[in-house]
Amino acid sequence: MATTVENLPSAEHERPIGFGRLKRKEDARFIRGQGRYLDDIRLPGMLHGAILRSPFAHARIVSIDTSRALAHPDVAAVMTAKDLETLGLAWMPTISYDTQAVLAGDKVRFQGQEVAFVIATNEYSARDALALIEVEYDPLPPVVNARRALDPDAPIIRDDKPGKTDNLATPTWEAGDEDATERVFADADVVATRDVMYQRVHPSPIETCGIIADFNPQTGQLDIYNGNQAPHVHRTAYAHVAGLAEHKIRIMCNDIGGGFGNKVPIYPGYVCAIVASLVLHKPVKWMEDRSENLISTGFARDYLMRGEIAATRDGKILAVRTNVLADHGAFNGTAAPVKYPAGFFGVFTGSYDLEAAYCHMTAVYTNKAPGGVAYACSFRITEAVYLVERMVDVLARELDMDPAELRLRNLIRPEQFPYTTKTGWVYDSGEYERALRLSMETAGYEDLRKEQAERRARGELMGIGLSFFTEAVGAGPRKDMDILGLGMADGCELTVHPTGKAVVRLSVQTQGQGHETTFAQIVAEELGIPPADIEVVHGDTDQTPFGLGTYGSRSTPVSGAAAAMVARKVRDKARIIASGMLEVSVADLEWEKGAFQVKGDPTRSVTIQDVAMRAYGAGDLPEGVEGGLQAEVCYNPENLTYPFGAYICVVDVDPGTGAVKVRKFVAIDDCGTRINEMIIEGQVHGGLTDGVGMALMEMIAFDEDGNCLSASLMDYLIPTALEVPDWQTGHTVTPSPHHPIGAKGIGESATVGSPPAVVNAIVDALAPFGIRHADMPLTPSRVWDAMQGHPLPPV
Amino acid sequence: MQTPGPTSYQRARSVEAAIASLAEHGPGARVVAGGHSLIPMMKLRLASPELLIDINDLDELAYIRREAGLVRIGALTRHVDLLRSELLAELFPVFADAEQVIADPVVRNRGTIGGSLCQADPAEDLSGVCAALKADVVLQGPGGERVVNMSEFHVGPYMTAVQAAEILTEVRLAVRPGAGSAHEKLERRAGDFAIAASSVAVWIEGGTITDAGVALAAVGPVTIDARRAQEHLRGQVPSEALFEEAGRIAAEESMPMPDTRGPEDYKRHLVGVLTKRALRKATARALHQEA
Repeated sequence: MATTVENLPSAEHERPIGFGRLKRKEDARFIRGQGRYLDDIRLPGMLHGAILRSPFAHARIVSIDTSRALAHPDVAAVMTAKDLETLGLAWMPTISYDTQAVLAGDKVRFQGQEVAFVIATNEYSARDALALIEVEYDPLPPVVNARRALDPDAPIIRDDKPGKTDNLATPTWEAGDEDATERVFADADVVATRDVMYQRVHPSPIETCGIIADFNPQTGQLDIYNGNQAPHVHRTAYAHVAGLAEHKIRIMCNDIGGGFGNKVPIYPGYVCAIVASLVLHKPVKWMEDRSENLISTGFARDYLMRGEIAATRDGKILAVRTNVLADHGAFNGTAAPVKYPAGFFGVFTGSYDLEAAYCHMTAVYTNKAPGGVAYACSFRITEAVYLVERMVDVLARELDMDPAELRLRNLIRPEQFPYTTKTGWVYDSGEYERALRLSMETAGYEDLRKEQAERRARGELMGIGLSFFTEAVGAGPRKDMDILGLGMADGCELTVHPTGKAVVRLSVQTQGQGHETTFAQIVAEELGIPPADIEVVHGDTDQTPFGLGTYGSRSTPVSGAAAAMVARKVRDKARIIASGMLEVSVADLEWEKGAFQVKGDPTRSVTIQDVAMRAYGAGDLPEGVEGGLQAEVCYNPENLTYPFGAYICVVDVDPGTGAVKVRKFVAIDDCGTRINEMIIEGQVHGGLTDGVGMALMEMIAFDEDGNCLSASLMDYLIPTALEVPDWQTGHTVTPSPHHPIGAKGIGESATVGSPPAVVNAIVDALAPFGIRHADMPLTPSRVWDAMQGHPLPPV
Repeated sequence: MQTPGPTSYQRARSVEAAIASLAEHGPGARVVAGGHSLIPMMKLRLASPELLIDINDLDELAYIRREAGLVRIGALTRHVDLLRSELLAELFPVFADAEQVIADPVVRNRGTIGGSLCQADPAEDLSGVCAALKADVVLQGPGGERVVNMSEFHVGPYMTAVQAAEILTEVRLAVRPGAGSAHEKLERRAGDFAIAASSVAVWIEGGTITDAGVALAAVGPVTIDARRAQEHLRGQVPSEALFEEAGRIAAEESMPMPDTRGPEDYKRHLVGVLTKRALRKATARALHQEA
């Protein structure tokens, strides 16, 4: 896996020592097909697992007969809930302190739920044997709709919980001041209300989930090959469940073909493979197929929101209020910090200076796949931003005001930062108006409105949609935020070798974000060592310090800070060694990126490489300085970082068919200090494409029996290059005041910010029909339905 | 990884050998050409043939040629060759219209016209194209060849007139003067199956439509031959009002089922819109050819 930038020739100005445009170090292997993904790994003697899944959404299991499968010549073992019960492993804890059946014993609670695990000598036979298992089911009425789950006579899904008499998945949660908000609403000139659905969608990483568990009975060592987004959290969870010490468990992620939150949870297949390896003393591999990934692994969204917005007649937004019904599926597997059952939905007040806000959330179980995992959404900020940005547009229509003008009148002003929202979030920095005006200039907003008027006069449907979003990324601080009791802080270790080459070890785990490049650049910026000379190590729990992993756009805000801090720690030590080498006091040294020089005498200097050699070398070191040049830190963020952006989308709607064409999209992002523009642009392009997908076509749909209708990529549509326009990206820079290098996260900004821009554009195009709202995904048929004045409620 | 169940495999050396093998192995044997329907069905374990007879080596079935008032298309002709054919672009541009929106380049490089017709997926485009053009197909079996018109080819959902041990070897299109044709399709996303598609052919002489073909995909249990719409067009002078009415009749003739692509009323509406648009385009092409 040798990767150096020399493999990828580029111009001198594209080879910065520090921040700047730099081709990704990891791409040399990826573009040559030399990545090492889970399915590339074949261990000697490895067995293969396959999962038998429930065909029913809700059914009692009467009996399971595995005898014919066991008789298959290639089958080593078949596991059911009964076998797991004897080990105390039939149920496992979820990431949000619920329980989830590893294999269903009493009943199945969603279509696709895991019922039995076959282990065979090869993957073909394992799957052949699934057909030989006989399961007798007694079907029960399913609960598919979240509203139905609240009915007093609804079937109780989680009757495994003693005394459970309802389908509530978590205690209700609220934020803001209910009474104050009610007072503002009662006195407001204008109030607008809409029901807004954020449909269930799926992360759909192109590499599906899988694991190889390899237990060595001689050493008691459990090696796990598993591309996941939080290897250290997984290791501690396995240590709890399996009763092994952390140092006897090694998780190796290798290359990961996409995560998007889908690879945060621990899935039943992982537990089954580990148990099988512990029992059979052989490596056991389980790799799900595409359908299994879509029907059973962590979904996202599924939020039904009643939005209310209050304003004065002249367009001062006073308050927002929302009531949320969250569908968590059969088990609550939400990935969010423990104290935040609605994730960071509390930022639904958006980017506006308000007098009051209130939110109330009810979460229910349904007979659908578990998760509620906040994928590519910064812990439900996607839902929050969608709600407020739709409601602002609804209000603009109500006030007959241009939606850009309404936003400009209400954005938080630069001098108000740090700004505490009515739900208690402290936004660190922002220059919102500058970003919105830049997006309008870039798009040619005034000209677009003129063009729209001309087209409307000809009966054409052109729409212009805006969104302005504020993200909240980089969880912790640890005092407020933890996952499974593990505080959200991240370690980083840096070693500079005698030759001046360096290794930086991270607790966060790339799934395509470009960590091997970005983190080398952060260290390069601090130490003046070329990024090509800095190896980034991640994704192996034996090789990296403890930390909480990569999701919620937290890598740069948390580990990026850690990498800068650890490099500064090394530089501080290097400065002392340099003072000895140059025989001057530390105070007489100046740091020029890559070298210390004597103040006033630039001819007397030593490079960081010179210092590294001295740190390990034969000569004397200043008193009290130990040999070697390395350091470690654990960074506990003092606050989240708050990136923001202004997006403008232009669509054309075919009046005959309802088909939407996204013609133009302008994205102005502010993620504070920019480390590698090329990687940022790539992240934004991906997120915008994802957003267009959710707005126009993506939905995990169910029929009334709870059958999943989106079990393949022929049914669950993700956009192609043909559905998206040339992205016009731009940026402003408002550094984070509390981050060591002023950087904020960027990974999810575009996913968060783009869906409301697309939907606002479509609703704007449909304004001649008197339409104020239409729910995603806005497929041609749903647009046409909206045009008929009877939008279909989403399933 | 999605894995098919156990199956045997053989490569056919000739059409006769493939037919003999089909006859020998009975209903458990299936012919595979491009494999873009059959192989995914096998991986999903919706199909479990005991024997795959691979006909990809039968180069003699891959051709597009004009002979004696006919265009003959070999069954093993790939989508990409239909898309690029200058002969088809000149005489039957409906092929290029359709091929631009059939799946994606990877599928088009491999999938064949014979496979598309024999799969008889009601949402598949080429069945509609061939029906609108009133094509004949040649079926070869142990006892020799027979010719079946497209109007009799589809006998039910995923069911065709192809009998046991028969192979579709050729599609035949009559070259008639004043022809124009077009295909209009709406999909939720590039590469998706159609929400609805309308294939249209008109033959115009002296400013009058002498014959017309209208066939619909994805709006019924089979490809729908919109016969009443065709009758309505025949003998008429082309006009917007005529196209509108033909579209309305075609919408009536469609039998859409509600699904994730849309409800029934939308799909009917779409048939009307697409048929009207296809008629406009086909007529313009016919008039251009006539002039």
